[in-house]
Amino acid sequence: MNQPAISRRWQRPPFITNPTLRWGLWVGVAIYLALALGTMEVDWTRVTEGASRGKRFIMAFFPPDFLSRWDSIEEGILESLWMTVTSTVVGILLSIPVGLGAARNLSYRPVYLFCRGILAVSRTFPEIILAIFFVKLFGFGPFAGFLALSVGTIGFYGKLLAEDIEDMDPVQAEAIKSVGASWLQWLNYAVQPQVMPRMIGLGIYRLDINFRESAVVGIVGGGGIGATLLTSFDRYEFDSAAAILLVIIGIVMVMEYSSGYIRRWVQ
Amino acid sequence: MLRLENLEKRYQTGDLALKSISIEIPRGQVMALIGPSGAGKSTLIRCVNRLVEPTSGKVYLGDLELTHLGSSQLRRARRRMGMIFQEYALVERLSVMENVLSGRLGYVGFWRSFLRKFPQSDIDEAFNLLERVGLDHMANKRADELSGGQRQRVGICRALIQNPDLLLVDEPTASLDPKTSRQIMRLICELCDERQLAAIINIHDVLLAQMFARRVVGLQLGKIVYDGPPEDLTSEVLTDIYGEEDWEATIEPVKDEDEDEVIPDIEPDSNVSTLKPVS
Repeated sequence: MNQPAISRRWQRPPFITNPTLRWGLWVGVAIYLALALGTMEVDWTRVTEGASRGKRFIMAFFPPDFLSRWDSIEEGILESLWMTVTSTVVGILLSIPVGLGAARNLSYRPVYLFCRGILAVSRTFPEIILAIFFVKLFGFGPFAGFLALSVGTIGFYGKLLAEDIEDMDPVQAEAIKSVGASWLQWLNYAVQPQVMPRMIGLGIYRLDINFRESAVVGIVGGGGIGATLLTSFDRYEFDSAAAILLVIIGIVMVMEYSSGYIRRWVQ
Repeated sequence: MLRLENLEKRYQTGDLALKSISIEIPRGQVMALIGPSGAGKSTLIRCVNRLVEPTSGKVYLGDLELTHLGSSQLRRARRRMGMIFQEYALVERLSVMENVLSGRLGYVGFWRSFLRKFPQSDIDEAFNLLERVGLDHMANKRADELSGGQRQRVGICRALIQNPDLLLVDEPTASLDPKTSRQIMRLICELCDERQLAAIINIHDVLLAQMFARRVVGLQLGKIVYDGPPEDLTSEVLTDIYGEEDWEATIEPVKDEDEDEVIPDIEPDSNVSTLKPVS
């Protein structure tokens, strides 16, 4: 082996080449963080007082009381479940045309911009803001909650569908085009098989999200288990509230596990 | 069967990919199109079925001029042109049978294809073709379970079930090992012969082109620089097409054309990758 007389040095080139900028950024972040923490006022006497109050509050949850308000709990849960299922199905159905239009490799520029606009708007508002808006429009009750969750689903599902279509393998799509397939046949044979497994997984994930959100929209008047939860808080029936929370946790866990299982199965 | 007249393609970047290509391919002729990467081979065959829109010039399939067709006429014309791809381009999550039957999409209506209710004659033909390439027992396997050579056979079935007049073949062997490459090339040429199909086969393996095609066209920077029989591909011609290199080793094995076991010399560019793992 003949070794070169002088070894050449090597170091990984830094991500930001300009050293002033690189160090300046670190210092800037540090200063901002220090200032931000400094402006947050913490009143420690109130924290200590609150701690003992919090303990009493949490103790009031135990033992959870499933029985005395079971009828309204059951009603709330069933209402939440149908809100979840209907809003997921309707939201996904409506998001398919929007998602197709919002995929750059599928649609024309004006259609693309229009559909991206719809998605941006529906993603701007969180479900709770949408729920407040629809409660004002259509009054209290599950219909307002259903609408809020549907619109939320369109934004979520349409965007992910569009992105999945944009990531598809163009060669498979080209092959189906080359046999003389119509546009609909092309969607069915070239696009759908490529995006379907992921979209089924995301649909189940959205079902999961919509159930959790249905508890939130109920608090602003959108019906469902959230409304029941709010009533029990208003009546200071914390043991019933604890029961409701446990039921919600249970359902979310069941959905979580089953969605993981189904997603593995469709791959 | 196929006639190109002054075909030109300029990409939006301003690159002139094809410079006034005129060529005629009679029925039953298998033509190998060779040339270095970026010479415009892929662009040329894609301009024929208008997966890439040509900038100017004319394409005649029989008597039909293709560059002016509207979208529904173009679909009908595409049924007559089967295409075979470099990376097989099967729809991976569909079954072998669905992939083969997708070659009939131009002939059946949307609902029939959506419900997978193809006419019995199509299904018979699909089984015939799969049997011909030795894959009829795989009909219900998913395409991504197949090896590279098997996938390319399915790709060939998909093209042939269209009952085409012309095959457009884009680097059919670039992802295959040398032995499978020969088998695939032989299969394509036999089928073209049986059915009297005209074919353009893009291929950058000069040796394979010489072994299987009776006519070789050399493309360099979008221009035809050679058009003739494979025997006339001399060192000078190959230098014209690809540039300076020692070509003697490439030309040599042509003499034992039928000797199957000769492993062809592999150019640095040609893909030696083995079959994709069965996933």
